[in-house]
Amino acid sequence: MEFKDYYEVLGVKREATQDEIKKGYRKLARKFHPDVSKAADAEVRFKELGEAYEVLKDPEKRVAYDQLGANWQNGQDFRPPPDWDGGFEYSGRGGGQPDEAAFSDFFESLFGRRGSADHGYSAPRAQGEDHHAKVFIDLEDAYLGAERTLTLSSPELDSDGHVRMKERTLKVRIPKGVRSGQHIRLAGQGNPGAGSGSAGDLYLQIEFNPHSIYRVEERDVYLDLPVAPWEAALGAAVKAPTPEGAVDLKIPENSRQGRKLRLKGKGIPGKKPGDLYVILRIELPPVSSEEDKELYRKMAREMAFNPRIKLGV
Amino acid sequence: MIKKEHLPVLEGLVLEEEYSLTLRQLCRICTVQSEHILELVEEGIIEPRGAGREQYRFHTDSLRRVQVSCRLQRDLGVNLAGVALALDLLDEIEQLRNRIGFKTGD
Repeated sequence: MEFKDYYEVLGVKREATQDEIKKGYRKLARKFHPDVSKAADAEVRFKELGEAYEVLKDPEKRVAYDQLGANWQNGQDFRPPPDWDGGFEYSGRGGGQPDEAAFSDFFESLFGRRGSADHGYSAPRAQGEDHHAKVFIDLEDAYLGAERTLTLSSPELDSDGHVRMKERTLKVRIPKGVRSGQHIRLAGQGNPGAGSGSAGDLYLQIEFNPHSIYRVEERDVYLDLPVAPWEAALGAAVKAPTPEGAVDLKIPENSRQGRKLRLKGKGIPGKKPGDLYVILRIELPPVSSEEDKELYRKMAREMAFNPRIKLGV
Repeated sequence: MIKKEHLPVLEGLVLEEEYSLTLRQLCRICTVQSEHILELVEEGIIEPRGAGREQYRFHTDSLRRVQVSCRLQRDLGVNLAGVALALDLLDEIEQLRNRIGFKTGD
């Protein structure tokens, strides 16, 4: 397994005070918190931070970690020393820990598995907790509906009464018309109850993957459509993509840069379907030949056009 | 273990965006105490309709706001006023990103 340099993860020196460690953690946690950061690796980074902080904030664990010596490099192949005595009955899941953040093998080899049976749900009969997960879908899935296979992990008691994270796989239908920010409730698919208690529900929060050509606001979808100057000036029938497939679009004569054309009901489908807005972006044809130049020169000669008229020059 | 392709397909229920959740439901879904929800109401982080806790009806978007606020409090040690500010700013950033067609991972 790989060695984890927890000091490096938190961006602090090995001789940092507990206060500096807390500051280092807080600073990076703000930066990589998955609710705040849009960075693709935010979740992974935040988990690493949580693990590093879990060890270094606890003076006992920190001393144990420091005993491994300062010569290890982040990512170096690591085996715990043969005389390593874990000695930590690690009963985490108090406050302060990210949801279900399974810590690394490295952590577990040193401090054992996190989680223990005694975190307050030991009643013989208890309703299972509701479970939450985020599902990323493409905008096209909201038009057509989709199926998603999810792997969720939830805590479960094993025969020794230890909590283990157990994985399960679900296949879920994402209905047509769903929008970013909405929740889908799957009754009885949350954490299992204890004893005869009923299982909790599973809530999936939908989020759209960023799209290369569309933007979404509520039910409405926006598309920047490049057009040639003559298409905008003279009017034209052009093809425009939509999430449901290409459509023919009429560009009105004398369209200006940024003109918004509304395709009613072509946004996200539903009882009240959204609209699709096509925003015209006029592309300037590059000049690559003598003929091209001549065309521009002809326009310059024959068209009375001053683009700076509003600036008074 | 069942092979993935043989899993039954589960149909869920999309929560409409409306003021439909009672205080009890919201507490259960978010696994928090009602006192905590009432503090969030006090701070204006979520705004239910109805007068008094028995009549409160929460918007389904409160689900997300409650959860994000719990995580920010727990992970970053932000107080409630800070959570309220962070949520407002995050919403604003989201809108601005949308307007400029912000793409992540570029």
